[in-house]
Amino acid sequence: MPILAALSCGLIFGFGLLFSGMLQPTKVLGFLDIFGDWDPSLAVVMMAALAVSVPGFAWAKRRAQPILAAQNAWPRSTAIDLPLVIGATMFGIGWGLVGLCPGPALENLATLSPPVIIFAVAMAVGMALHHIWRRPGISIGHDVVLATAADG
Amino acid sequence: MANFTPLSAAIGGALIGLSAVLLMVLTGRIAGISGIFAGSLGLEAGDKGWRVAFLAGLVLAPLIAGVFGHAAPTPAMPANWLIIVVAGLLVGFGTRLGSGCTSGHGICGVARLSARSIAATAIFVGVAVAVVALTRHVFGG
Repeated sequence: MPILAALSCGLIFGFGLLFSGMLQPTKVLGFLDIFGDWDPSLAVVMMAALAVSVPGFAWAKRRAQPILAAQNAWPRSTAIDLPLVIGATMFGIGWGLVGLCPGPALENLATLSPPVIIFAVAMAVGMALHHIWRRPGISIGHDVVLATAADG
Repeated sequence: MANFTPLSAAIGGALIGLSAVLLMVLTGRIAGISGIFAGSLGLEAGDKGWRVAFLAGLVLAPLIAGVFGHAAPTPAMPANWLIIVVAGLLVGFGTRLGSGCTSGHGICGVARLSARSIAATAIFVGVAVAVVALTRHVFGG
């Protein structure tokens, strides 16, 4: 059942990205281009998502446990630390260069577009490099904050 | 603002929010795509099953919509493959180091009113705006 629920949620998320127009990188870049012909659509996408998720998450927080699992996996990290700042900066540079964040990048694999496949493979390699770098014994210069649960 | 599409943006955004709430209420998981993708690659603890299922749904959505005449547009990507590779590496490494992306921080984290996620979202949107300003209006033509 949890597998079927995750599949359904992925489908709904995918339809959301498709209808919102955010699968098209130029649409996203149009939002980021505040000094050009600005397209505020992505701001509307975020506000509409939050209009549903703010009350929805408040409701979920009041529930003791999820319907199909033993416990809620709420993120535990609260620190605004250096890894968060540097990581968000690196992500922002990559996002601004192409206009793809992880969701649309993976969903666009359905189009079998060669440049999107290259982007997705590079993204997986970047994640694997981070995994290797932070492994105990290899990593240097960062503390246990990195070992806490991911936010997303 | 010739390209502004508020209605489809609002419907799409509401569906994304609904998906995040349903995933939390049903399975207790955060709908953060970078974390789900990393987990499906075995780079995060826990089972892969639900993560692979979520991503399968994500990729199936435009294929199903295509049957009903709403196929995904061909993504317009940079001609320079080096830019694509560098951007992909930055998005992959950065979302892991920063523990999330547009969905995990931008929608789920902001919805939880997490100061950490609000800070992350402000940073990656601000940096991306600066990058587009530089590439389109300073160095670009």
